[in-house]
Amino acid sequence: MAYQFDFGSLWEYRGVIADGVGLTIRLTAVGTVAGVGLGIAGAFARTSRSPALKAAVGAYVEFIRNTPFLIQLFFIFFGLPVLGVKLSEWQAASLAMVVNLAAYSTEIIRAGIQAVPKGQIEAAEALAMSRLQIFRHVILGPAMRKVWPALSSQIVIVMLGSSVCSQIAAEELTYAANFIQSRNFRAFEVYFVSTGLYLILAVGLRALLKLVGWSLFRRRRHV
Amino acid sequence: MKKGLLRFAAVAALSLAAFSTGAARAADMALDAITKAGVLKVAVPQDFPPFGSVGADMQPKGYDIDMAGLIAEKLGVKVELVPVTSANRIPYLTTGKVDLIISSLGKNPDREKVIDFSDAYAPFYNGVFGPADIAVKDAAGLSGKTIGVTRGAIEDIELTKIAPADATLKRYEDNNGTISAFMSGQVDLIATGNVVAAAIIAMNPPKKPEPKFLIKNSPCYVGLNKDEPKLLAKVNEIIAAAKKDGSLAKISNTWLGIDLPADL
Repeated sequence: MAYQFDFGSLWEYRGVIADGVGLTIRLTAVGTVAGVGLGIAGAFARTSRSPALKAAVGAYVEFIRNTPFLIQLFFIFFGLPVLGVKLSEWQAASLAMVVNLAAYSTEIIRAGIQAVPKGQIEAAEALAMSRLQIFRHVILGPAMRKVWPALSSQIVIVMLGSSVCSQIAAEELTYAANFIQSRNFRAFEVYFVSTGLYLILAVGLRALLKLVGWSLFRRRRHV
Repeated sequence: MKKGLLRFAAVAALSLAAFSTGAARAADMALDAITKAGVLKVAVPQDFPPFGSVGADMQPKGYDIDMAGLIAEKLGVKVELVPVTSANRIPYLTTGKVDLIISSLGKNPDREKVIDFSDAYAPFYNGVFGPADIAVKDAAGLSGKTIGVTRGAIEDIELTKIAPADATLKRYEDNNGTISAFMSGQVDLIATGNVVAAAIIAMNPPKKPEPKFLIKNSPCYVGLNKDEPKLLAKVNEIIAAAKKDGSLAKISNTWLGIDLPADL
């Protein structure tokens, strides 16, 4: 093989790569916190007694889950300015990730809620707890505990999906890799390193989410 | 046997002589040959709008097509368009399949060893473009501005070197991303080729990308075979006249949406 591998040529771009990793982490953090938060609210709304609210949230979930992330991103970044809503690429990328993860997590958490035994809810109602109190204290914990692995997977998918934000010049890890590749044409080295970084980020994120799930939603026995 | 060999040598010598006079006569005879045949064969692009493409009616159209028609008209002959690719246009000329190359051909030393070039007939350059209300004359003027560019393109590489530190370069995946960013107002200016700017102008957007300054200039020339000074002089004469009487500016406005640059 005639190709001379030269990973050293990436060293001068270490700042670009570090910035890219930083933005990927920030996008993922914003997307996860706001997306899962909205997902909990959305799931609560889907259990509501108001058919209009249920239908509205249902329509949002189906709309987002049945259109490509890239198109959603392009619509927010290139499309909305026509209506006078001009977002920077960082705002547009964050918004797209939040909107996307919120829809998926609404659906995942709803599944968890439906798996909570009816008897527990009836018991809470018998204690005269309000709907919100029941959701917070009786439903949410067990529901999140059940779906946390699925939700974690979805968060990792969204983190990896943030790579398409490079298309609107959001300077995350994939943008950094493409940028370097367009300068030194070392495709193998650049994508090898960025693949490794994504792998580290994904494995790290899973470990972090496991820890978060354990500390937030573990079963507490009050004897 | 010996006689036969002698006769063969004589015939060979004769035909060699005939061939060399033929070649000598061919030099500088192209203009007369074209006039006599009444047809000018021109290599034109067919997949490079707005210079040359095939329209919905299957007829070739574009800047180069109009230019070929103009030269043929001034020579008083009919034009025969020969579609070529950028890779085979020079071999088509040197092997005599065409008389001229009018195919967005740029000049460089390697090509100048093989063929001759006329004067420039079309602007072809990379530069910074933007709406009329943004006054920028040079790279220093980009200070504080956001400029969209296609990642890895020559404009990206050059602008990265010359743009001031507080100018923001937004690099998009391809020309469409760069165009969308400009049209949606995500960037103030774009750095691209005048052909891309022409494509944007053709869409008739509210903000027209007007040329601000050049990054790299590589205008188009008519390519001719070497040792054809009469044809070269005639082509240059036609180009000069077309620049003067505005017919070249008209072609430029039709296909590129701008007047000819003054220095062309």
